[in-house]
Amino acid sequence: MTNSISEAAESAVFLLTGTNTTENHPVIAAKLKQAVNKGAKLILVDPRNIEIAKFAALHLRQRPGTDVAWINGMMNVIIEEGLYERDYVEGRTEGFEKMKEVVKKYTPEFVEKISGIPAADLIEAARLYASSKPGAIYYAMGITQHTTGTDNVMSLANLAMLTGNIGVLGGGVNPLRGQNNVQGACDMGALPNVFPGYQRITDEAIRAKFTEAWKPVMPLSEKVGLTIVEMTNAAHEGKLKALYFMGENPMVSDPDTTHVREALKKAAFIVCQDIFMNETTELADVVFPAASFAEKDGTFTNTERRVQRVRKAVGPIGESRPDWKIIADIAERMGYPMQYRSANDIFEEIRKVTPSYAGISYDRIEKTGIQWPCPNEEHQGTRFLHKDKFVRGLGLFNAIEFREAAELPDDEYPLLLTTGRILYQYHTGTMSRRSEGLNFRSTGPFIEMNPRDARDYGVSDDEVVLISSRRGTVEVRAWVTDRVNRGTIFMPFHYAEAAANVLTSTFLDPIGKIPEYKVSAIKIEKKKKKATG
Amino acid sequence: MKTITLNIDGRQVQGASGQTIYEVARENDIHIPVLCYHPAAKPAGACRVCVVEVAGARSLVASCAQPITEDMVVNTKSDRVIAARRLATELLLSSGNHNCLVCEANGQCLLQELAYELGIEQPRFSVSPPGYGIEEENPMIIRDMDRCIVCGRCVRACNEVQVNRVLDFSYRGKHATVGPAFGTTYEDSECVFCGECVSVCPVGALTEKQGRFKGRNWEVKKVRTTCSYCGVGCQIELNVKDNKVVKVTSDYELGEPNHGSLCVKGRFGHDFIHHPERLTKPLIRKDGKFWEVSWEEALDYTAKRLKEIRDKNGSDSIGVFTSARCTNEDNYVLQKFTRAVIGTNNVDHCARL
Ligand code: SF4
Ligand code: SF4
Ligand code: SF4
Repeated sequence: MTNSISEAAESAVFLLTGTNTTENHPVIAAKLKQAVNKGAKLILVDPRNIEIAKFAALHLRQRPGTDVAWINGMMNVIIEEGLYERDYVEGRTEGFEKMKEVVKKYTPEFVEKISGIPAADLIEAARLYASSKPGAIYYAMGITQHTTGTDNVMSLANLAMLTGNIGVLGGGVNPLRGQNNVQGACDMGALPNVFPGYQRITDEAIRAKFTEAWKPVMPLSEKVGLTIVEMTNAAHEGKLKALYFMGENPMVSDPDTTHVREALKKAAFIVCQDIFMNETTELADVVFPAASFAEKDGTFTNTERRVQRVRKAVGPIGESRPDWKIIADIAERMGYPMQYRSANDIFEEIRKVTPSYAGISYDRIEKTGIQWPCPNEEHQGTRFLHKDKFVRGLGLFNAIEFREAAELPDDEYPLLLTTGRILYQYHTGTMSRRSEGLNFRSTGPFIEMNPRDARDYGVSDDEVVLISSRRGTVEVRAWVTDRVNRGTIFMPFHYAEAAANVLTSTFLDPIGKIPEYKVSAIKIEKKKKKATG
Repeated sequence: MKTITLNIDGRQVQGASGQTIYEVARENDIHIPVLCYHPAAKPAGACRVCVVEVAGARSLVASCAQPITEDMVVNTKSDRVIAARRLATELLLSSGNHNCLVCEANGQCLLQELAYELGIEQPRFSVSPPGYGIEEENPMIIRDMDRCIVCGRCVRACNEVQVNRVLDFSYRGKHATVGPAFGTTYEDSECVFCGECVSVCPVGALTEKQGRFKGRNWEVKKVRTTCSYCGVGCQIELNVKDNKVVKVTSDYELGEPNHGSLCVKGRFGHDFIHHPERLTKPLIRKDGKFWEVSWEEALDYTAKRLKEIRDKNGSDSIGVFTSARCTNEDNYVLQKFTRAVIGTNNVDHCARL
């Protein structure tokens, strides 16, 4: 997030899109609802009629995959009506004219044709967002999990800059991270193109710095590595011989499960570290028992960049060990001693090589976490980014044209599948499905289907149906509800026995390399009745 | 903000305009008991135990709701105040089933503390609980409305803090009580089991089922840590007894980012920690089956195979998947291992998924 969770209390208007906040980030949803109760206005742009819609002044229901169009449309209105922040745009940004050229044709009427959002609603939303200050944008995977994910994110940044909402208290563009430590894993350089602190591996001076700090046994490679989905593809092609998984379950979390299984079967050697057996560990050659978060020390970095302590509460379960310890022991056997005595030792090393973490220490975050960037011990951390000046200097407008999703419904696969999460389950269910309380409230796999579609297909509420895409078929219970619009099917992806990702495609955003989970083409069939007698 | 000077129990103290008597007293370590007050919600002034005497005011005032004024003179312990507090407390004690022996709140119950502070051994009225019975059908929250003192903290927490709008005051029979609309159970209501109501209940009316009979408040060690589910990073307390996490609690005082609020996953979803299916020993596949092996064997074997593959097929023939659920330290060490020991940048995690 550019801004902080507590700043929800400072915002006059929220633009929420692609986030089912009450189910996926419930405590942030609570802060948003509190603010609405105190008078802030909420604009929701989401295809589904989710709980937080009850708090929205306006709810625009776009056809999934048309985000660039409606965002350009809002900017079109804001520019046409002169509602944008001239001083801000002139003083702090560049690229405005080019962007303005592109959004010119995205009139509300044009956008209505693409997105299905009524022109009048779009105009009203644009006026509301532009005229209440400060305005904060919140989004999650509903924006990023598209082949146009990067375009979507850049479009939201355009919109926020146009209205002078970046670098101000209570404003910003705020991605809500799905898993607890996505932010931290990225900060730590668990990415194929950067070292810790987003320092580029292609930069020779940076490589020299890490060579000095790490004294590696292999020269640090200057070649950008493969992303998750690319690794799976490379394994499928036989190019990756060994795969190492720390607490990941790509058999359920990655797109096109059948393809993933084949890829894993081709690998000569698979290692997993995990707390439970799962669909992926079943295919491993070696499985190490890992300690859970309750059995180890360390830190997580939350979605607002706050580095917070994880504390050991109980001793190891069985012979399990902290993940870092397992890796360090293997490294030692490969001729590279990693002699950390504690998680704190590792954190002290992280600080030395990661400028944005340099001022943070376990002592300093004993009580309250600190938000990076925090360059030195005197620094209090950073509540919101881009204050007075963008990190890159001037904020850059990107002129972006709308592109359709990679796979659209057609005659053969006439419905649009969009996937997501529910309140009572979490990711692939490894943890949440083993919790008594959570399973008590969650009903098992299901799809949401509009009553009109249900009528067209002769499906009744609670009926088990077959849904298929070009990649596979699953059997799942249908919940007939107007939470989804006609033509759209929603399905949570937590369940291995009716895995949404058997259906999803591996089309990727070309820059973000994120799979298009939010749009796939599917068809629905009734289950054949078993012959009786 | 204007600074205001006032006198509490003969001491000159200062506060900011807009603060209440209770807040200023608390900041100055002057004890005033409360039941219905909670810092996360608007003051209700309903329970009458925080009453104080203000010079010039005819009746006693609720200190949790009364703003301070310049030169105000407050007495928190006058005979009149103590008598009023006693009456309020005795009425509460007699109108419910406050048998502390097996109550989960024992040791951190505000009513129990108040009775002790005021030296009430036996209320002067006869004890007659309404007889609602206990609701414990769901595996998360136990409701025992015979222990409820109708302070309304849960109602305000559900409506003002989590804004879930499930709880309200109601009457069942002649007794005021609280609960979901139409007197339904939590299970049959729109309740999302965030447990905010449980965390603010000052007595044993709402408690965590997971912790029932698993450890007294003074026996458990509360270990502050960060929730392992979503990216909000809520601060939680793992309640540990005999090396087991018996329940999860939260505390407003822990501050950012969640100020004591949690969701169902954070509060009730951590029983996976001691699940019998946890992996406890390293496993190696031989002849298509997994075998339990020693750490030495598993580590040696893994190192040997990775080295062979690296040296034969090249560094880029190995791919490493780290985890957005592991700590920063785990992720740092694994990407360092990938780059410095394997020699590739094929390292990524499921941020995008
Ligand atoms: S658990 Fe949460 S939603 Fe349910 S009644 Fe309590 S505060 Fe309200
Ligand atoms: S259940 Fe607890 S918090 Fe709610 S009114 Fe009763 S005593 Fe107060
Ligand atoms: S308690 Fe809920 S909202 Fe808070 S971090 Fe955990 S999962 Fe997220």
